[in-house]
Amino acid sequence: MYTLKEKTVVTLRVNGEDRQALIRPGDILLDTLRDGLGLTGAKPGCLNGDCGACTVLVDGTPIKSCLMLTAEAVGHEITTVEGLSDTPIQRAFIELFAFQCGYCTSGFLMVCHALAGQMQTPPDAVIDEWLESNICRCTSYEEIGKAVRAVLNGEIK
Amino acid sequence: MSKTGIGVPVIRKEAASKVTGEAKYTADFLEPGTLTAQLVTSTCAHGVIAGIDTSAAAGVPGVRAILTGESCPELCGAILKDRPPLARGKVRYYGEPVALVVAEDAFLAAKAASLIKVSYEPLPVVHGPGQALEPGAPLIHEGLGAYKRIVADVYPEPGTNVCHREKVRKGDVEKGFSECAVILEARFKLPQSDHIAMETRAATASISADGTVFIRTSSQAPFEVRKMLSELYQIDEGKIIVEVPMVGGGFGGKAPVNLEILAYLASRAAGGRPVRLVNTREADMVSSPCRMGLEATLKLGATEDGILKAAEMTFLIDAGGYADIGPRLAKAIAVGCTGPYHIENVSCDSLCVYTNHPYVTSFRGFGHASVTFCIERALDKLARKLRLDPARLRYKNALMPGQTSPTQVKITASNCGNLQACIERVKGLVNWEEGDRLDMGGGKIRAKGIAAFWKTSNSPPDAASGAFISFNKDGSVNLNVGCVEIGPMMKTTAAQILSEALKMDISRIHVNMDVNTRYTPYHWKTVASMTTYMIGRAVLRAAEDVTDQLKSMAAVVMKCAPEDLDIGDERVFLRSDPSVFKSFRDLVHGYHYENGNALYGQMLGRGGFIMTDLNFLDRETGKGKPGPYWTVGAQAVEVIYDTVAHTYRLTKAATVIDAGKVLNPAMAEGLVKGGMCMGLGLGSREHFQYDPAGRVLDTSLRTYKVMHFGQTPEYLVAFVETPFVEGPYGARGLAEHGIVGIPAALGNALSVACGAELDELPLLPEKIWMAKTGGRL
Repeated sequence: MYTLKEKTVVTLRVNGEDRQALIRPGDILLDTLRDGLGLTGAKPGCLNGDCGACTVLVDGTPIKSCLMLTAEAVGHEITTVEGLSDTPIQRAFIELFAFQCGYCTSGFLMVCHALAGQMQTPPDAVIDEWLESNICRCTSYEEIGKAVRAVLNGEIK
Repeated sequence: MSKTGIGVPVIRKEAASKVTGEAKYTADFLEPGTLTAQLVTSTCAHGVIAGIDTSAAAGVPGVRAILTGESCPELCGAILKDRPPLARGKVRYYGEPVALVVAEDAFLAAKAASLIKVSYEPLPVVHGPGQALEPGAPLIHEGLGAYKRIVADVYPEPGTNVCHREKVRKGDVEKGFSECAVILEARFKLPQSDHIAMETRAATASISADGTVFIRTSSQAPFEVRKMLSELYQIDEGKIIVEVPMVGGGFGGKAPVNLEILAYLASRAAGGRPVRLVNTREADMVSSPCRMGLEATLKLGATEDGILKAAEMTFLIDAGGYADIGPRLAKAIAVGCTGPYHIENVSCDSLCVYTNHPYVTSFRGFGHASVTFCIERALDKLARKLRLDPARLRYKNALMPGQTSPTQVKITASNCGNLQACIERVKGLVNWEEGDRLDMGGGKIRAKGIAAFWKTSNSPPDAASGAFISFNKDGSVNLNVGCVEIGPMMKTTAAQILSEALKMDISRIHVNMDVNTRYTPYHWKTVASMTTYMIGRAVLRAAEDVTDQLKSMAAVVMKCAPEDLDIGDERVFLRSDPSVFKSFRDLVHGYHYENGNALYGQMLGRGGFIMTDLNFLDRETGKGKPGPYWTVGAQAVEVIYDTVAHTYRLTKAATVIDAGKVLNPAMAEGLVKGGMCMGLGLGSREHFQYDPAGRVLDTSLRTYKVMHFGQTPEYLVAFVETPFVEGPYGARGLAEHGIVGIPAALGNALSVACGAELDELPLLPEKIWMAKTGGRL
């Protein structure tokens, strides 16, 4: 088992690159990404796993980075919003007005991107189940739903 | 899609930055060497601070300063100076900041904060505004009479818990009721709740060697931060720089000056080093100000055919432990107390009352979602008594041009729009004529409720804005305005207005996204849905300024009269022959002749705006003009209600607003839908609950529930366009308004569905069951 006792330098695989960070054993992935690696796209919203603003992908699966220790992420493939570039879901969010203040957007993008990558035509109940993990306080969610569906059904490629 | 002007769904200027993680919010600026401040908050709702032991915390290596109330004797407040930045002597609510630890990093600050021991001697707790007014109620502010008033029109009542009282007296209420065939009396109770902006409040502060204070903050009111710090600590305004980057939602919660004061004190205690203070979600909900609660008593009278004749109302705002903007909330409720209806005889007392709950501040709609719930629920009850269609009752009594508001402002089509058209339209959207209660069988009822609303600004009568325009050498434009980008794309709206005025492609207009009080023109605050109007007017004036300069300069170069010229597509051209022209790029940085001679310097445009005909309200009658215009609208909610479980599904939510002119259809719809979503949250689930000692129980998003994906109804939005003649291109503000009537419409729908009167929020199934059965199984 992988153990840490003191402040230690670890190597994280983030957005396809190996990055080194000095961490305490109790550090959470969110803080390491932001304070250690300068990747501030993942946002703190509650530090309790309730809001999803800090969502990143770990081996392709959406994970709330406030609930994962940095030490647990070693050896896994981490993708943050900074690792997305001109993807269909980013274009869909812009074209369909799926954000206002933008603070929850990174988290929602990561969930939607993973969903579109894992499933072809999920039923509405599955889309709801995936997206209810995150909170947006500005939009009505309708726009986010339209954006993810536009990508899932290939309207926006 | 046209790339010029208004009325088109322009994509927001900062869109790309918000889908790539590039957009930076206050806590994303991570400069090396920045200290972290951590709050210690009260665990007691009302109590004397018997002692604070900081010795163990001071021994933690890396701790640079520890502050308590004894380190900062000043009192702060926007209306009334009643709040110490850190509690002194006593605490007045659960979550009140008691101490502040400043350390080298967050880990050390948290460790030290956990070692601070505060002991309290509990005092009797005031649990609500009704109780606060009872004879013998514990006094929350013993020194109320001695507090400094920041404005002339706040009237605290020393020796009581009344922080402010706003009165409206119009006509003769006694006579009015004597003419009524039907009189309705009702009481309502609405809880405190919270903004839950996804970005919690954050501020950083540093003080440079020459004394210049730098604050970076997630604020809706950077110029208020500068003003308050200057006044509190006697620092010249010019030596305070307040910078606001992107803000992750405000909803009114970031309008008051809050963490900025603490961040400044922390930096001062640490020798001016940069310090950052970021709220945890828990602190953001209960330590920083939340949304008001309300207790109300209404009496409405109408003639047999449903004409409203008289209204008598008392509103008690649960303001919590400190005043903040509470007195202005009381004013807003009084000003709008009748809803958008004509009532000749009105008597209203609206009180801002201290309690031992978290203190409150502005929230989307500024009290209107609360007052609208009361008046609109009362109207539905009255309609039942009168056996009149509730929509018809509202239509009949809608304020019309020539009538007056409760504070006796003359209504015009321009300043108040067309409510009747909104009501008719919303009825169509939800198929009102099919009936408001349909039994679907199987214990399911489909029911609808309707509500109308209005809202004006209640701003200071001299609220002001400005705009600067400069040009790049290629002829493109830079626009600098003082509104904060909190979400509703006001920076882009400003660019759209400029694009229309200069008749040029919006992609060639660059907007400064952040605000810096050193170089951004002043803007009162990004609140009250007033930005489009105020910034819009300033932008139009700046556009006129550069248009005049362009024409007079081109007239010299082109040897013609300025009035023979027009502009468009970055050209100044002859009206008689547009093929004869000079490009902006040849004019805006001086005109250059072939022989090397040059004329004029760089072109700069400026526009200022100030509200012109508003005034203070009369203390006894409320008479006066509180805002430049009202935005009116009508809303409806449809639910499917389960008669056995008392649960319900939200199936439709509809809004029709008289927007004056819709500047960006996609954004306008998005704002209204987002407002409705938040309104459904307030109506159905959001509230603070307290234990018997006054401690808030819902301090995380695990127990405080907001609307989530998959729980939302079908949204229906339409606009009526009756121009507001003073607004930019006729536009009225609409960013807040989607929320205002939704809790009321939901309450009306569910009351119809379950056959009981639901007069408290939120409408949890348990509450409906209680109202329906009285708690009997």
